[in-house]
Amino acid sequence: MSPPLLTIENVAVELPTPRGNLRAVDHVDLSLEAGRTLGIVGESGCGKTMLSRAVLQLLPRQAKLTGRVMFDGHDLVRLKPESLRRLRGRDLAVVFQDPMTSLNPVLTIGTQLMETIQEHLELDAPSARKRSIELLAAVGIPAPEQRLAQYPHQCSGGMRQRIAIAIALSCEPKLLIADEPTTALDVTIQAQILDLLAREQRRRHMAMIIITHDLGVVAGRADEVAVMYAGRVVERAPTQALFKRMHMPYTEALLAAIPKLDTAPHTPLPAISGRPPDPTRPLKGCSFAPRCRYAAERCREAKPELKGAEMPGHLYACFHPIQMAEGIGA
Amino acid sequence: MMQLAVHDEPLLDVDNLVVEYGLGNRTVHAVSGVSFQVARGETLGLVGESGCGKSTLGRAVLQLRRAKSGRVLFDGEDLTAMEGEALRRMRRRVQLIFQDPIASLNPRRRIGDIVAEPLIIAGVKDATERKRRVHEVLGAVGLDPDIVAGRLPHEFSGGQCQRICIARSLVLNPEFIVCDEPVSALDVSIRAQILNLLEEMKARFGLTLLFIAHDLAVVKAVSDRVAVMYLGRLCEVGPSEQLFAKPAHPYTDLLLQAIPVPDPDVRPVEGVAIGEPPSPIAPPSGCRFRTRCPRADQRCSAEIPELREVAPGQFAACHHPLA
Ligand SMILES: Nc1ncnc2c1ncn2[C@@H]1O[C@H](COP(=O)(O)OP(=O)(O)OP(=O)(O)O)[C@@H](O)[C@H]1O
Ligand SMILES: Nc1ncnc2c1ncn2[C@@H]1O[C@H](COP(=O)(O)OP(=O)(O)O)[C@@H](O)[C@H]1O
Ligand code: SF4
Ligand code: SF4
Ligand SMILES: [Mg+2]
Ligand SMILES: [Mg+2]
Repeated sequence: MSPPLLTIENVAVELPTPRGNLRAVDHVDLSLEAGRTLGIVGESGCGKTMLSRAVLQLLPRQAKLTGRVMFDGHDLVRLKPESLRRLRGRDLAVVFQDPMTSLNPVLTIGTQLMETIQEHLELDAPSARKRSIELLAAVGIPAPEQRLAQYPHQCSGGMRQRIAIAIALSCEPKLLIADEPTTALDVTIQAQILDLLAREQRRRHMAMIIITHDLGVVAGRADEVAVMYAGRVVERAPTQALFKRMHMPYTEALLAAIPKLDTAPHTPLPAISGRPPDPTRPLKGCSFAPRCRYAAERCREAKPELKGAEMPGHLYACFHPIQMAEGIGA
Repeated sequence: MMQLAVHDEPLLDVDNLVVEYGLGNRTVHAVSGVSFQVARGETLGLVGESGCGKSTLGRAVLQLRRAKSGRVLFDGEDLTAMEGEALRRMRRRVQLIFQDPIASLNPRRRIGDIVAEPLIIAGVKDATERKRRVHEVLGAVGLDPDIVAGRLPHEFSGGQCQRICIARSLVLNPEFIVCDEPVSALDVSIRAQILNLLEEMKARFGLTLLFIAHDLAVVKAVSDRVAVMYLGRLCEVGPSEQLFAKPAHPYTDLLLQAIPVPDPDVRPVEGVAIGEPPSPIAPPSGCRFRTRCPRADQRCSAEIPELREVAPGQFAACHHPLA
């Protein structure tokens, strides 16, 4: 097996707030190999974005990061700002939920694409232009030559996200982080964007992290899934294994809460009651305990560690895991 | 006039509604001749991609945007012909819930005042009565009135803000509510809570709903019938179960295929959703879906397909419906 392209070791992110220290990411370990896709799933506020920003070294100024992020042989936490800038945008690219985060409203699409390409790839203007057109065509933009002269506001939301993806792909990154790339989009456009990412990934043998709150989005598209809750990874497994047999009550609850097409109308949805805990007031026991239907005494007293299940590569953090094979388990 | 499987006298009867926006010297054809009915106590789901005219339709039904032509009969009376005091009185009976719960709450006003506002506008002078109503609806949506009434919107999450919006929409005891993408901005887990809450409120207060969303599974969870909209026109209308099991319109079929299924054994079908909808400034001739339709032929560009009954209660506007 090749060594991982990315390893996240014991990463924690703390943010000072008027209410006290907020632990956005609570000691996360993850790794990803070239050409593979990792899905990170969890509710709003569980730390998905902060974790990806920790990898990108794009945290808010006041944030405190501990742990290690190794990417393609570089220790990102210790890398000089200059080297980091060169890495980002070339080997390490990102697509945000709101494409306007990465697009500049006052520059034409052509200028933005060509600037990125020229900055990282040392191409002359005509070659950069040619490459921009190829990229726009690759992400399914009709009449790409005419698009170059347009501004972001002249494009629809789906179109803008494609352009953001074209810019992210422009320098053949080794890793692409897509943070809720389709949450703001419609189902049909969502399907197109996810198809596009999958196709480009295969073509470029690129590694990819897809962040979402919808397990449905990662089911058919990620090799491995990490489920986050209250800043921690609470379950992690190869996608097939996870959906075949989930051990965390939280993962089960997340899946159950999705409206399904084969359910009759007016069937009450199994919602997860309540909300995640206040991240400035961490709980002593399992963070999911106040909402978990399997919670018992011990869950409120101690924190379950992330540990192995009977299947290789399947980890969970729970004292009373569900769907365990006979004779194994806690 | 066509009857859409409504047994009783419909509470809402929308007939050939046309709504347009001026854009410089051009015209946005947002809603182009839409007809449907909603029975008392029914939930009609309305689905379609962004920009297809769902919100415009919802707002035109409530007369928040005046239609260019067509009629909106509510409980037998034509809202499009009403003005002034008559319209204001009618508006107490119909309400709207928005997509972005946080943006639709005034950040400087306390929750108690926000929820009481429709009562004040409607002229309820008795402060004790207003307070009683506000407490009742906040309690109904699962919030503790004593704790939340004095707080400001920024102290609440998106899901809680949507509960507050729902409370506000219920405070005048309306009969009919247009829910415009009430859960699109919410997380999967909170989404389920709010959908359940809407169902409960509907039963408890005897409501009739027009439920707008772009997610078919969400719509199916709460709707008796579903209407599918594309670029200003209805493509298909029918009972939820039937429409999802046997879509007759190629666009309904496309929407169904585009939904991500939470099962890794179901490989996403690639390339189903080719292209984006054309501009509503210059919609295609004939069938507006023809530029993306795999079944399109000559006739589709020449002739506008009308809604026709393809199965009991199910209507599709297509020259070559799926069998
Ligand atoms: N700049 C900041 N300052 C202080 N706290 C922050 C900041 N950004 C995020 N947080 C907090 O950090 C936690 C994790 O945030 P993050 O945005 O990473 O979560 P997320 O899962 O991606 O959420 P969402 O889906 O809403 O974007 C949350 O409690 C959030 O309120
Ligand atoms: N105030 C307006 N002026 C001009 N065009 C508008 C206005 N509001 C909406 N539109 C256009 O009308 C069409 C339908 O919009 P809308 O009803 O908001 O759709 P949806 O809610 O389905 O997203 C879109 O093309 C939109 O851009
Ligand atoms: S440790 Fe206990 S509370 Fe936490 S998920 Fe497992 S059973 Fe539920
Ligand atoms: S009328 Fe023609 S173009 Fe329109 S949906 Fe039917 S087959 Fe497709
Ligand atoms: Mg986020
Ligand atoms: Mg809308």
